Amino acid sequence: MTGIGLLADIPIWSGRQLAGNWDVIWYYTAQHVRYTLVAVGLGSLIAIPLSYGAVRRPSTYPALLTITNAIYAIPSIALFVILAPALGFTNDKPIIVAMTLYTLVILVRNIVEAIRSVPDSILRAADGMGYRPMARFFGVELPLALPGIVAGLRLAVVSTVSLISVGALVGRGGLGKLFKDGRDRHIVVELWSGVIAVVVIALVLDALVVLVGWFATPWRRAGTA
Amino acid sequence: MIELDGVTKRFGRGETANIAVDNLNLTIQPGEVVVLLGSSGCGKTTTLRMVNRLIEPSEGHIRIDGEDVLSLPTHVLRRRIGYVIQQSGLFPHRTVLDNVTTVPRLLGWDKKRRNDRAREMLELVGLDQASAKQYPAQLSGGQQQRVGVARALASDPNVLLMDEPFGAVDPIVRAQLQREFLKLQREMSKTVVFVTHDVDEAILLGTRIAVMKTGGHIEQIGTPAALLANPASEFVRDFIGRRDVVYDESGRAAGYKVETLFDDGTGS
Repeated sequence: MTGIGLLADIPIWSGRQLAGNWDVIWYYTAQHVRYTLVAVGLGSLIAIPLSYGAVRRPSTYPALLTITNAIYAIPSIALFVILAPALGFTNDKPIIVAMTLYTLVILVRNIVEAIRSVPDSILRAADGMGYRPMARFFGVELPLALPGIVAGLRLAVVSTVSLISVGALVGRGGLGKLFKDGRDRHIVVELWSGVIAVVVIALVLDALVVLVGWFATPWRRAGTA
Repeated sequence: MIELDGVTKRFGRGETANIAVDNLNLTIQPGEVVVLLGSSGCGKTTTLRMVNRLIEPSEGHIRIDGEDVLSLPTHVLRRRIGYVIQQSGLFPHRTVLDNVTTVPRLLGWDKKRRNDRAREMLELVGLDQASAKQYPAQLSGGQQQRVGVARALASDPNVLLMDEPFGAVDPIVRAQLQREFLKLQREMSKTVVFVTHDVDEAILLGTRIAVMKTGGHIEQIGTPAALLANPASEFVRDFIGRRDVVYDESGRAAGYKVETLFDDGTGS
């Protein structure tokens, strides 16, 4: 049976101690990081065109916010249940799609607000130089919005790291598996290993986003006259 | 040459429409600097922005070198027109060099050609080559404004629109920028529309001055000398004030007459 074959590849916590279980922690940590990066990456790819639409047609923005808020209001377990029949019960798709949808509430708002904060005089200069709308968006508005976008990405990354754990209840939750298994089998070390690893991942990924943002905005480091 | 023919701009519709520019007729000859002079809300900036269609006229026609501006896609039109604005409008995330090469890049010039051109422009506006790699925030206000001028000139447009370009710098730097602009203009002979509310700037830079009045019409247009000698109305007289200008042989304003009085100590 394929199910058994799959299970055989998944490391299981053995004993009540930490020693010998690093491969388990590492396995779920890698899964957790992968889910987070894919969800936030996909979320950004979706949020950018949505934000472009909202900035160009401000009348669509309230509706967009309402929709992303409504999605965020759906409890994650319910969302997995809704998505699973369409996407399958035994793969990563439901968790990734759910997490991607959740990031939108943070990313869309942050990207739109960041783009709106770009000074009018700069946009007028860009228009006056002969920028077309799409080129202006990618060449001027988006780069200047980067500080605000980075702030949104940090929030999205940290919240996704935290939310993913719930996926353990449907068998796909990265480090959430360790809390669930630790609780079910009364292995305190396993439970705490999961919690600590989640916090460490959140801090490390957050720092990475800050670092990438720092490299992406050289003009903010150049100082002033 | 720029021709404005019956140009009107209304904001809003019907009864509540606000007329910003009212049936304006104006021809700017090649190589001329026409200054639109007036206080805020007189329609001078609206007029300027209709030339590059940042604002679309409600009525009338604008032609540049005989071609109706409405006949071109806006981005094509604007890439042919140099545009300088107050506070420079530089892109803070681009180096000076990349700011100056903006229009050449949009026009698809290859990198070497546009960078060579940019270095030439920086020299023209009196910036040293070391500034090419700096970001706008690292420059003084006056230097930023020079970059703004260099950027506007980079693709060598015939027409230059300048919207209070020296309004945001201190008086000493402004005077310096004005003098350098005059020198540049003598070499380049662009067709320039220059918006300002500064009477002295208008007199110094304008081949002709169009004094505009609220409601968007031209109260009087003429050379600085003509406006000073024969103001057409009380409004123009009040706005321009009394100034004793000295002119050079070409009829351009060269400076103000200064009378230095020796105090004889009697206090009279």
